[in-house]
Amino acid sequence: MQILEVKGVNKRFGGLQALNDVNLSVSEGAIHAIIGPNGAGKSTLLNCFIGRLNPDSGSVTFNGNSLLGMKPHEINQVGVSRVFQTPEIFVDLTVLENVMIPALAHRDGAFKLNPFRRMRQETDMRDKAIDVLEDIGLEDKLDMTASSMSRGDKRRLEMAMGLVQDPKLLLLDEPTAGMSRADTNNTIDVLKHIGDSRGITMVIIEHDMHVVFSLADKISVLAQGTVIVEDVPGNIKGNPKVQEAYLGTAN
Amino acid sequence: MNNSKYSDAALLLFFIIMVVAGPFILAPFGGSYPDLLQKFAIFGIFAIGFNILFGLTGYLSFGHAVFLGVGSYGAVWMFKLLSYNVLPALVMAVVVAGFFSVVIGYISLRRSGIYFSILTLAFAQMMFNVAYSVATPITNGETGLQIYNDDPQWLQGADSPLTTNLFGLKMNEVFWRPEFFGFEAQFNVGYYFCAFFLVIAFYLALRITRSPFGMMLRAIKTNQNRLSFTGVSTRPYMLAAFVISGMYAGLAGGLWACMDPLAGAERMQWTASGEVVLMTILGGAGTMLGPVLGAGFIKYFEAIFSKINDQVLHSWFAFMPDGMENFMVAIVHPFVGKGWHLTLGLLFMMIVIFLPGGLIGGLTSLGRVLTGRGRKSKG
Ligand SMILES: Nc1ncnc2c1ncn2[C@@H]1O[C@H](COP(=O)(O)OP(=O)(O)OP(=O)(O)O)[C@@H](O)[C@H]1O
Ligand SMILES: [Mg+2]
Repeated sequence: MQILEVKGVNKRFGGLQALNDVNLSVSEGAIHAIIGPNGAGKSTLLNCFIGRLNPDSGSVTFNGNSLLGMKPHEINQVGVSRVFQTPEIFVDLTVLENVMIPALAHRDGAFKLNPFRRMRQETDMRDKAIDVLEDIGLEDKLDMTASSMSRGDKRRLEMAMGLVQDPKLLLLDEPTAGMSRADTNNTIDVLKHIGDSRGITMVIIEHDMHVVFSLADKISVLAQGTVIVEDVPGNIKGNPKVQEAYLGTAN
Repeated sequence: MNNSKYSDAALLLFFIIMVVAGPFILAPFGGSYPDLLQKFAIFGIFAIGFNILFGLTGYLSFGHAVFLGVGSYGAVWMFKLLSYNVLPALVMAVVVAGFFSVVIGYISLRRSGIYFSILTLAFAQMMFNVAYSVATPITNGETGLQIYNDDPQWLQGADSPLTTNLFGLKMNEVFWRPEFFGFEAQFNVGYYFCAFFLVIAFYLALRITRSPFGMMLRAIKTNQNRLSFTGVSTRPYMLAAFVISGMYAGLAGGLWACMDPLAGAERMQWTASGEVVLMTILGGAGTMLGPVLGAGFIKYFEAIFSKINDQVLHSWFAFMPDGMENFMVAIVHPFVGKGWHLTLGLLFMMIVIFLPGGLIGGLTSLGRVLTGRGRKSKG
């Protein structure tokens, strides 16, 4: 079954056709990678899924329901979480708080009026957040203010914020960019483990081919706003179109 | 986060002690008289409430005095219609302020940043003008709303006091005037009535700040967009914070009317809205004690400076030769009496420039220097 169905999406920024008739279909439980050179429109495509941008035309359906016109928090509430390319974390808050917020939003819905509830009553959410932070290797930085973390740690925190929500669909925008080799490998393991154990569908944008080929069940190659190939990993490397558009220029 | 439970209890205890001992503490500074003490508590509540909105979410309302003003009107109406009992007046003050903050908040929160501030300011000016024009039957226009002999006061008992009271306990009564290091300290019913609410207001604000709800508000301040991509609908959180702080303002306005059963539109003027902004920033926005400290600071200096007239100035500089004396008086004159706002403006500039964390920020770093601990984070 296709959990995410993207048909004929166009997006234009002034004179630039950032997305040109993009089609994508992601089957449930799969890890679907989107690769392509810088400026191909990959992040723009994700922005169209989460309500940050509205495509000029086309359709985006998730579990059979259109995501277009929905508010960002509504899209998240139906089970779509995003891990951003440039970390968008709550820099003034602690690491633990950064992860507890999405956890609470997942449990309580978009709004809950409980101004006098004590934080220590939220042990469940706290434990859940700590579990995820342990998976991701940030368990010794719980009380650290997010702004004082290294870039790599911020990326990992971003990922923890997405994972803690147990989303149905997780959108990852270059999750390993700026990470050390060891952290990248750990990230691959975590994502593999979570994909297998919880059956989370993932769309992952990645430049690191090692990550892509370790994880992806299917790959779409985006170049200049157009999907030029969509295929299983084994067929991607040898595809001349890909080599010309992407691998040729990137390597 | 875990140890905050104990430090919060200590903070609350410290706060209660300071508030209860208020008349003693202020006696040496010449501030131990009911009117000023009551203002401390009332504006302390106002600023604590304002800080829930501004300190936590970063949304700067420039019209918060409206809620204080309508709270006062609501309270005085209860005195006029029911009796001099303060409880119905306070309930009414909070309800009316809550109602207005729902309406004004709902509309103003369609925008953020400077546009939000301007919308609140526009509402405040509108309300101020309405109070002087079409709403005069309710507000009594420029005279201000007050109690007249022919007011119905349906529930006023035959032998209950003809002044604001809590079941007979008169607000204006001074029940103890001890000497304290040669200064008189005045213990007044009204002050302790306000102080009771100040402590409750402080405690609730502490609970709100530490709650998951408060965490969401702080997340709004840090990155509102991210919060919505995290599945949180930020607008109802903002509206809740706005209404809570509006109700705090209403409580303050109601208490003010309980201390002195009058209400005038000038309480809603933009300068009054600006004052609570100053109090909060001066004391330290986003901190627990800062807003109360800022409120006390401003009200104290207002009381001191605005009492200084030319006569007082002449007596200060009397030791100088006549020409010099007149010269000094002429120089200081613009800064005192009615010109005290000039002094306030200067003080404010100095604090914003030299103590970006406000008075509390300054005290904290001073404490760190004195205890020799150069730690940056609070543990
Ligand atoms: N909000 C915007 N307004 C105008 N132009 C934009 C906007 N967002 C993206 N673009 C442009 O659209 C094109 C695609 O950008 P996008 O960020 O989607 O690329 P990408 O594939 O994610 O690249 P990278 O690998 O560098 O992240 C770029 O040329 C970019 O400058
Ligand atoms: Mg990108």
